[in-house]
Amino acid sequence: MPEQPRTERPQSDPAQSDRAMIEIRNVTRSYGAFKALDDASLTIREGEFFSLLGPSGCGKTTLLRMIAGFDNPTSGSIAVGGQPMEGIPANRRPTNMVFQSYAIFPHLNVEQNVAYGLKRLKLQGGEEKRRVEEALAQVSLIGLGKRLATELSGGQRQRVALARALVMRPKVLLLDEPLSALDKKLREQMQVELRRLQQAVGITFVLVTHDQYEALAMSDRIAVMFGGRIAQVASPKEIYQRPVNRQVADFLGGMNFVKAEIVEENGASLTVDTLGFGRVKTDKPKAFVRNGGAATLGIRPERLRVLWDNATAKFEVAGTVVERHYFGEITHLIVEIPGLEKPLSVTETNDFGADDIPVGTSIRLAYDPEALVAMGD
Amino acid sequence: MRARRLLSGGWLSVYAFLYIVFLYLPVIFLPIFSINTAPTPKFPLTGFTLQWYADLPHTPALLDAAWNSLKVGVCASVLATVLGILAARSITRYRYPGRRTINGLIMAPLVLPEVIVAISMLLVMLQLGLSLSLFTVVLGHVLVCIPYSMTVLTSGFEGFDRSLEEASADLGETAFGTFRRVTLPMVAPAIISSLLVCFTISLDEFIIAFFLTGTEATLPIYIWGQLRFASKLPGVLALGTLLLVASFLLMTIAEILRRRAARGTQNEGGLYA
Repeated sequence: MPEQPRTERPQSDPAQSDRAMIEIRNVTRSYGAFKALDDASLTIREGEFFSLLGPSGCGKTTLLRMIAGFDNPTSGSIAVGGQPMEGIPANRRPTNMVFQSYAIFPHLNVEQNVAYGLKRLKLQGGEEKRRVEEALAQVSLIGLGKRLATELSGGQRQRVALARALVMRPKVLLLDEPLSALDKKLREQMQVELRRLQQAVGITFVLVTHDQYEALAMSDRIAVMFGGRIAQVASPKEIYQRPVNRQVADFLGGMNFVKAEIVEENGASLTVDTLGFGRVKTDKPKAFVRNGGAATLGIRPERLRVLWDNATAKFEVAGTVVERHYFGEITHLIVEIPGLEKPLSVTETNDFGADDIPVGTSIRLAYDPEALVAMGD
Repeated sequence: MRARRLLSGGWLSVYAFLYIVFLYLPVIFLPIFSINTAPTPKFPLTGFTLQWYADLPHTPALLDAAWNSLKVGVCASVLATVLGILAARSITRYRYPGRRTINGLIMAPLVLPEVIVAISMLLVMLQLGLSLSLFTVVLGHVLVCIPYSMTVLTSGFEGFDRSLEEASADLGETAFGTFRRVTLPMVAPAIISSLLVCFTISLDEFIIAFFLTGTEATLPIYIWGQLRFASKLPGVLALGTLLLVASFLLMTIAEILRRRAARGTQNEGGLYA
């Protein structure tokens, strides 16, 4: 068995240095009047696992393909490793890509696929063979080198695609929806493996995905994109807990929106009046733009907890259960609160019997005011 | 119930049998009479001989015609395949307005009456001031071969995943290197298949060759000329049998290669997951 690659494990997580690996400056890509990408600027750091997240047609794949060199910006610039990429074709860029279809060469076997890019380098003294074996070991494909692409499962093809790119030792590995063709269980397993692999090799990974859980589970940072624009760039936790607007909040999972009246705005905080939750003091988002006296607060369904029997909480809100949906380990309750125009969605684990609460029951919900976040529309 | 099913099954088999007989009986007669000792094709058979085959290589006119057919076939199949590659690549790879119309126009010679095509081509050649020769036959054959070439190549190119070429570029290969290491190996079976199909069609084609050739005969024209002499008939039958076998073999190889090419270009990511 070949020696495992010796790559220093990062000391801390997030692992990256602060040096920029990819710099995207005011990049626009137009097709006639349609802008697939609209003035996008972004810095991806060295050694970072970065995700471009958004619905289909948001421009994430266009951006990835421009980094790879398969497409060119209409305006703006892209630099990789400090080197401007303008005029450099895909075959001379320090990036490698894992394609959505994997693009395994069907007329070559696994080894020949992985060695494809190395052939041009004309390595001496068995170096090529050594590197191919090392790459196959990294993706746990030892012993399958002689198989044809047609004899592989979807998960194995994906590993071949990964090995074929990693063996080139790129500065940046680009992944275009690499897990979308796999079934749920394999997908979850590959998420863990991909993250582990990225930390082992220390290469900058840029992942394109429309699956928010995938992005949250694997990334150091995420850029959420809509309609060709970058809406928010932050850590998974920040994106999930403090989305900048309703669109981002909605895309990342369930969110209850509550109308609010601004009472006081000062520095980093915001005091608002709501029906249902009363007066709330909350952090002011960095990009908060005041639009008259109104604002929107959001709270995730799992941040509302059912209060059992006589239990009390410092902050609570009372209502009536109008719907109940069972999901195995959790139950979704829809709770009507007097004064709120839309009922609240509540996610409760089933270990205390939330799945047995009858529709029509009056209940009280506990919340942490920290969980109520202000956002733009 | 069971009897009825048997009955309908029975009629279906009878129909299928008659159908096959209708298609192939005339073709079977050719080899049978070509090894019969009697010079007239009549039952009962009189005896077995390979005399008619043995005589073939001693007929200079026949050898000339075979040589002419070979030259025309090679030229026509190469030209038609080169043009077919360009057209099939454009049809399968790019989406542009009028794509279907263009495809239809290229395929049209397949259903045009061949006599009409031949006469029209004759008129065009004469207008252009070309003297009739094997060259004009090649031009005519290219026209009738292109639809076949297109059909074979389109099925080979269809489903060719464009990301394969991108993956090659991504791994550092140049445009020419990508063509040599990825595109060509994957479409080679379709190209060879197209060459074989076109060659076979050119080899058997009569009407266009008849109109467009000058003094040099191709094999079908030679056969046509021989039919006037009753004594030459057994030779024609022997030659016809050889052409039949050659055509059958070439088409079989072509079809195997076409299927291999069509299968080879399919590259669906998660189908096997």
